Amino acid sequence: MRVPLTWLREYCDPALDVHGIEERLTMTGTKVEAIHHHGVHELEHFVVGHVLRAERHPDADRLTVCEVDLGAARPEGPATIVCGAPNVAAGQDVAVARPGSVMPDGTKLKKAKLRGVASEGMILAEDELAIGSDHNGIMVLGELLPNAQLTRGGALAEVLPIATEVLELEVTPNRPDCLGVYGVARELHAATGASLTPAPWNEDPGSGGPLEGAEAEVRVECPELCPRFTARVFHDVTIAPSPPWLKARLMAAGQRPINNVVDITNYAMLLSGQPLHAFDLARIAGRRLVVRRAHDGEQVQTLDGQTRTLDAEMIVIEDGEGPTSIAGLMGGARSEVQPDTSSVLMEVATWHGPAIHRASWALGLRSEASSRFEKGLQPEQCLHAQAIATRLMIELCGASVMPGTIDIGGEGPPPLSLPLRESRVQDILGVPIPRVRQAEILNSLDFATAEVPGGLDVSVPPLRRSDVTREADLIEEVARIDGLEKLPATLPKRRNAYGLLTPTQRLRRRAIDALVGRGCYEAVGWTFAAPSIADRLQLPAEDERRRPVVIENPLSEEQSQLRTMLLGSLLDVARHNVAHGEPDLRLFEHGTVFRWKDDKLNEHRSLAVLLCGKLAPSDWKNHSAASDPPAADLFVAKGLLEALADTLRVSDLVFASEPQPFLHPGRSASVSLGATPIGWLGELHPLVAQTWELPGAACFEIDLDRFLAHASRPDYLDLIGYPPLRQDLAVVLPEQVPAAQVLDVVRAAAGKLLADVRVFDVYSGPQVGEGRRSLALSLAFRASDRTLSDEDVTPVRERIIAALGDLGGELRG
Amino acid sequence: MIERIEALRAQGQDAVAAASTSEALEELRVRYLGRKAELPQMLRGVAQLPPDERGAVGRAANQARQALEALIDARAGELGAGELETQLREDTVDVTLPGAPVQPVGRMHVLTATQRLLEDIFLGLGFTVLEGPEVESVHYNFDALNHTPTHPARARTDTFYIERPQGPQPGSPEELVLRTHTSPMQIRAMEAHPPPLYVVIPGRVYRPDSDATHTPQFHQVEGLAVDEDITLADLKGTLLAFARATFGETREVRLRPHFFPFTEPSVEVDVSCFHCEGKGFLRDGTRCYLCKGEGWLEVLGAGEVDPNVYAYVPTTDHNAPGYDPEKVRGFAWGLGVERAAMLMYGVPDLRLLYANDLRFLEQFG
Ligand SMILES: [Zn+2]
Repeated sequence: MRVPLTWLREYCDPALDVHGIEERLTMTGTKVEAIHHHGVHELEHFVVGHVLRAERHPDADRLTVCEVDLGAARPEGPATIVCGAPNVAAGQDVAVARPGSVMPDGTKLKKAKLRGVASEGMILAEDELAIGSDHNGIMVLGELLPNAQLTRGGALAEVLPIATEVLELEVTPNRPDCLGVYGVARELHAATGASLTPAPWNEDPGSGGPLEGAEAEVRVECPELCPRFTARVFHDVTIAPSPPWLKARLMAAGQRPINNVVDITNYAMLLSGQPLHAFDLARIAGRRLVVRRAHDGEQVQTLDGQTRTLDAEMIVIEDGEGPTSIAGLMGGARSEVQPDTSSVLMEVATWHGPAIHRASWALGLRSEASSRFEKGLQPEQCLHAQAIATRLMIELCGASVMPGTIDIGGEGPPPLSLPLRESRVQDILGVPIPRVRQAEILNSLDFATAEVPGGLDVSVPPLRRSDVTREADLIEEVARIDGLEKLPATLPKRRNAYGLLTPTQRLRRRAIDALVGRGCYEAVGWTFAAPSIADRLQLPAEDERRRPVVIENPLSEEQSQLRTMLLGSLLDVARHNVAHGEPDLRLFEHGTVFRWKDDKLNEHRSLAVLLCGKLAPSDWKNHSAASDPPAADLFVAKGLLEALADTLRVSDLVFASEPQPFLHPGRSASVSLGATPIGWLGELHPLVAQTWELPGAACFEIDLDRFLAHASRPDYLDLIGYPPLRQDLAVVLPEQVPAAQVLDVVRAAAGKLLADVRVFDVYSGPQVGEGRRSLALSLAFRASDRTLSDEDVTPVRERIIAALGDLGGELRG
Repeated sequence: MIERIEALRAQGQDAVAAASTSEALEELRVRYLGRKAELPQMLRGVAQLPPDERGAVGRAANQARQALEALIDARAGELGAGELETQLREDTVDVTLPGAPVQPVGRMHVLTATQRLLEDIFLGLGFTVLEGPEVESVHYNFDALNHTPTHPARARTDTFYIERPQGPQPGSPEELVLRTHTSPMQIRAMEAHPPPLYVVIPGRVYRPDSDATHTPQFHQVEGLAVDEDITLADLKGTLLAFARATFGETREVRLRPHFFPFTEPSVEVDVSCFHCEGKGFLRDGTRCYLCKGEGWLEVLGAGEVDPNVYAYVPTTDHNAPGYDPEKVRGFAWGLGVERAAMLMYGVPDLRLLYANDLRFLEQFG
């Protein structure tokens, strides 16, 4: 909210400059986001002048050459000023900007020659001073300021509000009472101790009771959305421009002056926080207003000429001819105040905040009024605004107010009384605040207090009704005004507390470190996925990954689903980097993936790796084509996954040939822990690679939670006391027998003594015959209680050879 | 015989002294001491000599052989050392060439690195790390955190809702949302553990905002401490420790009153600007760009746990005796990981964090 400082100081004027005020407001909870300067600079150059003579410019029809008496400001005699305004004339008192003036937009005025005539400044129109928006002519001060003492050469700032600082405030949602200048003044009063004038609504020229004359009738059909509706009637209204002081305040607060009646509604809103709406009484069909819920699909034409479609959670105000406005959001053209308006119905109502918030977003209609209503205003504020407006309608529009007020709903519930224990303040804050000071603070915020044993009884003012409902809320009030900067910095006792990551958290860090240590870059992708990803990954219709978790209100179609796997985001990252000239990629990501399992939403952490291009840069030592760094393929990805398993002591990792729709059919595998599938591994299907504009890639993705759950805790084994016995074995087998099966058979045949077996060479060629290949196995035997001899191992070796024979294998060499 | 032996010995000694390479020396070893050389032949022939000559000749030949052997070994040592030296000198490489093969270096993402740092700071202060679901129920995300039924944050404009064809009615506590903050874990943590409780909760959160300063997903580190005597001053001390660990040991913090539904009092926490040392302007007199002249950086929101929140935590076997607002007090905070990372490393644009451009990734972690 924008609060002109000169306006604020009218109610509370502490002996502080703008930065002092900024500091006090910010540190007590009303953050000053920015300080703006509104209006002109270098005020000493702006003076009142008197036009002695005004003659047409010899060479320009539209320009007038004026002799302007600037009194003491120019003792050597009148200044010559060329003026382009049509209404300038001899005998006028005018506003003059002399050379050296700095205008609101920052331009500095200099002496200038206009069509050959030297001009010493400018005679000003209101828009040039940013105190109004009219540019039809210069300001004739005698007419605008009939009661002002105008001295030739006198400072213009004495008679017109031509410059003010403006505070831009962040008002938190619990403080709609601070959405008006007077509410902010009360905060400033509490924060500084400077005195506060009585509320500007304390004196109300209008009156309560039934409206006299039965000139208008109001019915509220949805009191749950409209807790209070008030209206007053004014006659003998003269529509005219507002006086300069009013225009200037609105301009400084960021509102454009329209005419006196509309300006009064805006002014009263800015001061009290409560929006108002002025109807031309004569244009209200049937002089009858009905407040009701809109019908679903009901269409209303608003002031801006657009047709809006409403629903039953929105509120319309209608007259005898149908809807005239959308409550809280926008008035209708039909009953708007016009230049010929002579009778006004001033409506001030309380609307249900969330309903206004929702409607405002749904219809894309936001205004100063709606942003106040949506915070939830208190019914009492209606009459605050009525009182301010009534006074100004009489003063500025010559209006007479009809006795009485239409008032449906009335005031809110009576004030709440809350106990505040003196000791509880210290318990919560950690420092004591004396009871007297507590009472002083609360009183300055308009709370009534009474001493009771152990503390205070506190009565909550109506404007704070929704925010302050408990002792804790009172303590906050006391704490923020007394000053949080006074709090010491202490540490809690931390009873029973110790800081330690869980084993899973530590393992997850280790997994990331292992991949990083092996040259991988971690990406952090989007949880959101596009529906098109299923097609791009060639998922068949029955694939469960085609039934993702869907966001009901996504930002866009492209971000409307939650990812079921990380591969998509890694592919996106790969495409981005390949397109930016980085063909060699080692990427990984870990993050949450989401799926429906029956009717339950399942989320778990996934880990995916994508390798693309060369695994390392070429180097000067090995530059021949044959020794180029290896390129990414299934086995490199598998090696990485195996290394990860080894790092975390995850045993029982099983790979089996198994297709995935997005992988090369001959180069894809399932990854399991024992019999539990946890993911896949393979090379990207060329068509999928093409979709992402990649030359190809090797990837894997696993359920990280399950993987980590399988990590074993280290436990000491004596591997040193009795060294292992190592033997090699080469066996020729039909080539369709998978290596994993061979190893399984060897392990099963060998029994306990076999500590390790691995494939260290693979050969196929003429020496082993068509359709066959040779696997070279390295075997390690170990016993925990003795050093093994060849004799110990010979029967084991024979069992292994026999078992391999059953697979169709024969020993080689 | 003896004369011949002495002659061979003298001859051998001269030859060994003259040998200039290990190769030549090895030839001499063969010539004088090899199987077919004269001296060893003589030694083998001692048995055929008349008995009275055997002793003298044998001794002389043996001495000569041992002497030559020792001489050759010594000389070989001398020559070898010199030759090795020469050979090593010839083996010199250009040590300024790059290492090979090149070992590829990986990087952790800056968000992960920052999150770890934050976790570690609070681990050091005695907090444990909890994690929780990213899809939450309205109950945990809003209701139990004291959001009024009409709180604007619940609106579909402010929260992502999960579509469920046969799901609960809008507004039901069973409705699912992408959590808008890590705060739901405050409730889950209290449900699972009795007081005292000291936890931090890092994690990804979501809000439907997308512009220069908002991404629809971001990360927070939530903190929660509940004990019998927690004060707002304890919150200040804890966050001061965080600020100094993260942004430098001369940092200060200030608490500004603010509003959050689930804390009371609520505060925003500013850390004194580390770029201008809290002065607001730089040594050359220009305004500090980082804090925009304020001297303070807004870093997080916090407060004392609102007493209403405890009422949402049912007492169960897990957390007995439960959370009674008259018996326990606590503080909580929510800290943005992106904001911390951007401040710490001077990252100018939030969107860089999610672009995953290698030229960005390689700079951190
Ligand atoms: Zn700074």
